[in-house]
Amino acid sequence: MKSAVIVFPGSNRERDAAAALAAFGAPPALVWHRDHELPRSDLILIPGGFSYGDYLRAGAMAANSPIMGAVKAFAEKGGPVLAICNGYQIACEAGLLDGALTRNASLHFECRDVHLLVEGKPTPWTRGIPAGRILRIPIAHAEGRFVHPNVDALEKEGRVVFRYVDPTGGAGEGANPNGSVANIAGTCNARGNVVGLMPHPERASEAVLGSDDGKMLFASLLAEMGRRV
Amino acid sequence: MKARVHITLKPAVLDPQGKAIAHALSGLGFDGVKDVRQGKYIEIELAPGDPKQAEARVRSMCERLLANPIVETYTIEMSA
Repeated sequence: MKSAVIVFPGSNRERDAAAALAAFGAPPALVWHRDHELPRSDLILIPGGFSYGDYLRAGAMAANSPIMGAVKAFAEKGGPVLAICNGYQIACEAGLLDGALTRNASLHFECRDVHLLVEGKPTPWTRGIPAGRILRIPIAHAEGRFVHPNVDALEKEGRVVFRYVDPTGGAGEGANPNGSVANIAGTCNARGNVVGLMPHPERASEAVLGSDDGKMLFASLLAEMGRRV
Repeated sequence: MKARVHITLKPAVLDPQGKAIAHALSGLGFDGVKDVRQGKYIEIELAPGDPKQAEARVRSMCERLLANPIVETYTIEMSA
């Protein structure tokens, strides 16, 4: 399986993402943002970091990089795209996903483990995760407060894929690290092939890192691709 | 020709930075600060040309890059 990780000036999680993908037999090509074409890929990952130093708005500059045209074309053909943290901000700014990510209500840079409930419509990245499974995965962001003009529609369409919950699955205020509407941690596009989330599954992909729950996203995609994990 | 663009969060969008500034102002003893909203100010130098067309171009800049229409609004002021 071939994969690609997009690298912007200021990306800093591309190597973690590459390691996570390599562990599943999909060592990625790292693709520079100024390229106009993607190498042949079965999946694309937009990694976390601080692309362009978060100038203007987090993700705003990267969303207009030359490579994003090719990423959009890949997504429009139904190719699986995973956008993590700054990648999620970039995907929203680029119109690959709906909504916007704004400054945390706490005003703090939130860096800790959170619990996530996997729900919503099946996506290539979550179909293999048992319903109701709660994942423990770290977050590290200052601008992760999800805002959407029509959250009800998003919920109805099953496009809320990850929700911040407490360890027992309750989606109360206390489980919400950044003030996101309806505790939303991750969403997908209408077709379900593009998934974005603020937490970092690639940083929870080996037991030695404290949790390997993040592996389930990559395992799900591989199962989808008809490969044995 | 110059464009002055003000970008602010829509009234319904929480502005935690504004709230922190309001808190700091009252900490300094400034009474009566009821609310603070923080925004951005951008100055753009443009080549001379038709002011109407120039303003339309700046509007397009706002829609495509300078503001995020989901959470922000903007105003444009043109001057020679």
